[in-house]
Amino acid sequence: MSKQQPAQFINPETPGYVGFANLPNQVHRKSVKKGFEFTLMVVGESGLGKSTLINSLFLTDLYPERIIPGAAEKIERTVQIEASTVEIEERGVKLRLTVVDTPGYGDAINCRDCFKTIISYIDEQFERYLHDESGLNRRHIIDNRVHCCFYFISPFGHGLKPLDVAFMKAIHNKVNIVPVIAKADTLTLKERERLKKRILDEIEEHNIKIYHLPDAESDEDEDFKEQTRLLKASIPFSVVGSNQLIEAKGKKVRGRLYPWGVVEVENPEHNDFLKLRTMLITHMQDLQEVTQDLHYENFRSERLKRGGRKVENEDMNKDQILLEKEAELRRMQEMIARMQAQMQMQMQGGDGDSGVHGHHV
Amino acid sequence: MSKAHSSHLGFSGLPETRTDAAMSELVPEPRPKPAVPMKPVSINSNLLGYIGIDTIIEQMRKKTMKTGFDFNIMVVGQSGLGKSTLVNTLFKSQVSRKASSWNREEKIPKTVEIKAIGHVIEEGGVKMKLTVIDTPGFGDQINNENCWEPIEKYINEQYEKFLKEEVNIARKKRIPDTRVHCCLYFISPTGHSLRPLDLEFMKHLSKVVNIIPVIAKADTMTLEEKSEFKQRVRKELEVNGIEFYPQKEFDEDLEDKTENDKIRQESMPFAVVGSDKEYQVNGKRVLGRKTPWGIIEVENLNHCEFALLRDFVIRTHLQDLKEVTHNIHYETYRAKRLNDNGGLPPGEGLLGTVLPPVPATPCPTAE
Repeated sequence: MSKQQPAQFINPETPGYVGFANLPNQVHRKSVKKGFEFTLMVVGESGLGKSTLINSLFLTDLYPERIIPGAAEKIERTVQIEASTVEIEERGVKLRLTVVDTPGYGDAINCRDCFKTIISYIDEQFERYLHDESGLNRRHIIDNRVHCCFYFISPFGHGLKPLDVAFMKAIHNKVNIVPVIAKADTLTLKERERLKKRILDEIEEHNIKIYHLPDAESDEDEDFKEQTRLLKASIPFSVVGSNQLIEAKGKKVRGRLYPWGVVEVENPEHNDFLKLRTMLITHMQDLQEVTQDLHYENFRSERLKRGGRKVENEDMNKDQILLEKEAELRRMQEMIARMQAQMQMQMQGGDGDSGVHGHHV
Repeated sequence: MSKAHSSHLGFSGLPETRTDAAMSELVPEPRPKPAVPMKPVSINSNLLGYIGIDTIIEQMRKKTMKTGFDFNIMVVGQSGLGKSTLVNTLFKSQVSRKASSWNREEKIPKTVEIKAIGHVIEEGGVKMKLTVIDTPGFGDQINNENCWEPIEKYINEQYEKFLKEEVNIARKKRIPDTRVHCCLYFISPTGHSLRPLDLEFMKHLSKVVNIIPVIAKADTMTLEEKSEFKQRVRKELEVNGIEFYPQKEFDEDLEDKTENDKIRQESMPFAVVGSDKEYQVNGKRVLGRKTPWGIIEVENLNHCEFALLRDFVIRTHLQDLKEVTHNIHYETYRAKRLNDNGGLPPGEGLLGTVLPPVPATPCPTAE
């Protein structure tokens, strides 16, 4: 805080300016250089427009050579997990996006085992991260944990299906669920409102924990607060995806052309696509944090608790190490105690023969 | 067929499509040929005078108008595909299950239920006793194995009922016909292909009842997506050997064949949209769905194929549906029953015991 070296200040006109207000910029620059990683999982029945929506959200084509199997082939198929990674760059900011697709979900006549594959995938990613985190070299931990799961609800039903409820209950403690109503152009506005309300009621009825947007802080500006409020009111988002350019009202927009009109993807009156995109982008950081602080920690504590009962060898090693550490601790404590006692004796000896404080530690 | 905006349903024209007597009185026989004279009468009419054979058509017409028609239509498909709305739209009345209970917030039943609701509707002096058989719970569970069994059982039970009446010593003059004449199967408009459950259902049931596959909520698809999807569905049905109505093997003559071929290969499965709400479009009141980007008109052939389905089921093929049910599906069932019973009618087994109807699957039925 010396005024003697003005050359060091970034803004020398402000007296008392230290400069750590510049820290966020430094963090920002570092993260921009490092780039962001995000893993998004999409789950839903075949034909709900998941791939189209992902392509629309990120303006890419993640599935260039796609072969859609016929019904007879689907009978034999089990749920697969397909992860594709794409690097997107925008204004110097790099995003390494991994989209985990789950083809085969909900197709079979008997879907009882539908979600086992998916749950084990999620657990596997947590397990791997836990292993890396506990390892010796922690420099380059790759974070493949699923940060967010878009669950596609069919617009054709009257709400959640039994399969939807069962699946969401099975994963709501492992991943952030964002429910999405697919193919929203099937519904009139009234039907959409009714369906959204019905879904929210059913989610509450079954105690399903979906991802909740954090409330805007009181020090944020009004616009942001209003935006957050609008976003929260529109959950679950009802979206339409498309990458086709259609001519409408004199300009080219992304949309779907019907004989009775054009559905515009980016028109907030037609569907909630923009809201979904905003939510994802502005809350990407928060989604990652919640995954780390809540879901991962849950997994970790469960895992370590179980770890005590699991493998015998690991058990023994851990116990041994624990015992040794405890012994070492005790030894050190005793040493400190002795040293303290010695010091006190010396001090007492120096002071005189009061002898009042004669207690040993 | 261009009476798109009138409320004319069309079934009062029925007696003219087939000149047979009321179905319920017939003893099973091969289809009687229409009563048309072999040689043109006009050559002789000047010499012999007018006989009046052709008035038989008018007599039959009067009779059938008095007795009225039975028509039983079943709707099958996952919850929320618009089955009840479509049936209401087809018959321009509130005839479906949803109409009788205003509460649209019903829970999905745990097993497949069969709910039959009957109404009498009248048009042009012709009375029709319409029964709509709904199947809530089909395809909605996590485990949908064998969910078609209750449906198959219901259909066979109706055949059994009819058979019992037929073999009675003191038969009723007009056997009440509860057999399912037509089954509308609703395909979900995924845009990809049929679902495994669709295939299984249609494979099992196309042998016992007339199935008409219908693509539900077709306003989800653009025109290209629609035609691609229809082609794919048609191909899948063909590859899997599923004979939907009108079945190729039952085409009577060349005229039928060409007409039905056109329907089979181009129009079916019909991509439909249903609605019971009216809106004003270009000065006319039309049935439709209002969205922020336009109004979808149900009876506009550029928007969806509802009008084609309606004409097909009601205006042209209604009587044929009943005939195929009676002459083919019912006959197949009857033959199997008699064979199983050693050539004797049911109720007269070796020890006089009553044998159960075919097949015996343990599933619940309502009503």
